[in-house]
Amino acid sequence: MTDMAASTSSSASTTDRISKSLVKRRRAEKRFRLYGQIAIGFAVAFLLILLGSIVKDGYRAFWMHEIQLNVTVDADRFAPEGQRDEASLRGINYDAIIVQSLRDKLDVENSRTNRKALRDLVSQEFGFVLREKVLADPSLIGQTFSLTAPLDDQADLYFKGEIKRSVAEDNRPLTDRQLDWLDELKSQGQIKSKFNTLLFTRSDSTQPEIAGLWGAIVGSFFTLSVTLLLSVPLAVAAAVYLEEFAPKNKFTDFIEININNLAAVPSIVFGLLGLAVLINFFGMPRSAPIVGGVVLALMVLPTIIISTRASLKAVSPSIRQAALALGASKNQSVFQHVLPLAAPGILTGTIISMAQALGETAPLLMIGMVSFVPSAPESVMAPSTALPVQIYIWENASERSFRDRTAAAIIVLLGFMIVMNLAAVLLRRRFERRW
Amino acid sequence: MTQIGNVTSQHAPSAAPKEALQSSPKAAPDGADHKIIARDVDVFYGDKQALDKINIDIPNGAVTAFIGPSGCGKSTFLRCFNRMNDTIDGCRVTGRIELDGQDIHEKSVDPVLLRARVGMVFQKPNPFPKSIYENIAYGPRIHGLATSKTEIDEVVETSLRRAGLWEEVKDRLHQPGTGLSGGQQQRLVIARAIAVSPEVILMDEPCSALDPIATAKIEELIDELRETFAIVIVTHSMAQAARVSQKTAFFHLGSLVEVGDTEEIFTNPRDKRTQDYITGRFG
Repeated sequence: MTDMAASTSSSASTTDRISKSLVKRRRAEKRFRLYGQIAIGFAVAFLLILLGSIVKDGYRAFWMHEIQLNVTVDADRFAPEGQRDEASLRGINYDAIIVQSLRDKLDVENSRTNRKALRDLVSQEFGFVLREKVLADPSLIGQTFSLTAPLDDQADLYFKGEIKRSVAEDNRPLTDRQLDWLDELKSQGQIKSKFNTLLFTRSDSTQPEIAGLWGAIVGSFFTLSVTLLLSVPLAVAAAVYLEEFAPKNKFTDFIEININNLAAVPSIVFGLLGLAVLINFFGMPRSAPIVGGVVLALMVLPTIIISTRASLKAVSPSIRQAALALGASKNQSVFQHVLPLAAPGILTGTIISMAQALGETAPLLMIGMVSFVPSAPESVMAPSTALPVQIYIWENASERSFRDRTAAAIIVLLGFMIVMNLAAVLLRRRFERRW
Repeated sequence: MTQIGNVTSQHAPSAAPKEALQSSPKAAPDGADHKIIARDVDVFYGDKQALDKINIDIPNGAVTAFIGPSGCGKSTFLRCFNRMNDTIDGCRVTGRIELDGQDIHEKSVDPVLLRARVGMVFQKPNPFPKSIYENIAYGPRIHGLATSKTEIDEVVETSLRRAGLWEEVKDRLHQPGTGLSGGQQQRLVIARAIAVSPEVILMDEPCSALDPIATAKIEELIDELRETFAIVIVTHSMAQAARVSQKTAFFHLGSLVEVGDTEEIFTNPRDKRTQDYITGRFG
């Protein structure tokens, strides 16, 4: 009896002590959860602020204002002797035709200042569009036809509410009269807003209203293609050799340390290497996607090697044993069993490395991909920019409209990255389901 | 720890290869046909010696069981027979292991060919993450044993039938092998090993991850297979060794303590350690 009593009381005190310590443990757990939630809250808040500020600036650049005008190429004035040869057609002052058309529409007195003020309302693009049209079809001379072209970036900003009448006339780029004309044109239904396709179909330009990302997208595409073709075979082969075939000794340890160190080298150093070795020594062309691609390939090489080795390591050794015990050679066991199982991981690592390469700016600055290139490159050897560099170039431009475009370009770049990362996740899921 | 079981002086460590060739396998005292003869086998992991001077004869057409407490080196020894220890970094095997009279460590012996002749089944079922059909077809295909579709179909069916799995999986041959139950997976792996027509099958605790019913099925299968193959099985279960094997070898701390007919080992062990282990006093 006494024994029983003693043991019950001792077990009761054990329970007491455990529940006392439990209070403390539960509190620690709660505290840790709170820290975690706070950290995630901060991260999400900063992300929202970042994205919010980019979208706030950038959304304007996704739409634009166009003006539609009836233009008349006066045959008596511009081709009095009926010339139709290219040189004289090119020589026509198409701007004057546009100004004439605006004057007719708005009933403005013909003066030098008025002409200049009217001219500034539409994009220079209008003159080019008109010229191309006439060059393509000289029979248009002497006729009146309708033509659509973008407004000048300042006029565009007025309609987007960025230039306000409330600001003193001296402090804004457009005069009161110009604003009156714009309002008049708008009320006549000549000005329409639409989605800014030029942002995706045009290359860089000094005129913000017609500056687009096409050249940068093509440049990035070429650069990444070179990067992908160079880095993936090299990195996967290196990783497979190191992980599966190479003997484990001091020398391979040394190589492994160096690969890990390479992954931490600042990207601009790879740019310097590209400049010194590829351009100065091998004489490769400056500003070309091929050089950018090689430099970025060097940069992502260690990352892909490391991720490939990690996914090879993650393949269960039992599969290797199964293949070897069945009489498969080392090669067969690696290439028919281990590598296919590691493929989803390798793929994910590769796509994420490519996304990283897509956003890389510093090495491209070093090799001169930071120049004004008004057309898309035709090949990997042609001068080009890339998306992140285009952002950098636009950010440095002085025109107000380029600020919106910078943000828009960032949105486009982020869009590409999201698509790539999504592809990584989807491909991973798809392939993993098969096993 | 020399000269135990039916090791004879003819297989002394100093025996020249030629003599050893001649002495095997008919020279064995009990007249049995010996598939594998191991002499003075030492295994080292780095500096650590895992096995010490092991001598054993593995008979044809019978099941040999390796028993012993964990870490005694029985699995390590099993892996010597198909040179799977080669794939382990820092593992070194010395001594002489003959398969049909030929030393498997000779330069002329390709481990790939050896492993085709000496199949292996592992502790955990390890089917390839492919279809049941592909699991079986893989071995014959890489070795060129079956090339046409009909030949491969035939090998797949025969192997699955012999492993007693055909009736259960014939309608889902193209579904993943990993989707089978543990016992079915282990039989699939045995079928995969049979498919390359090996001469010896090594089994490393094939039932340790299985329930009693699946274990019974595997044991039944082993009993059927022994007519065609020399089977070596490592097991933790003394009952299993008694049930399936004709010959038992007891390992302890890296040495072979005793080897002999299963009945004899279990009823009349010569060494005290064997007796203690069998009666459950340690291990």
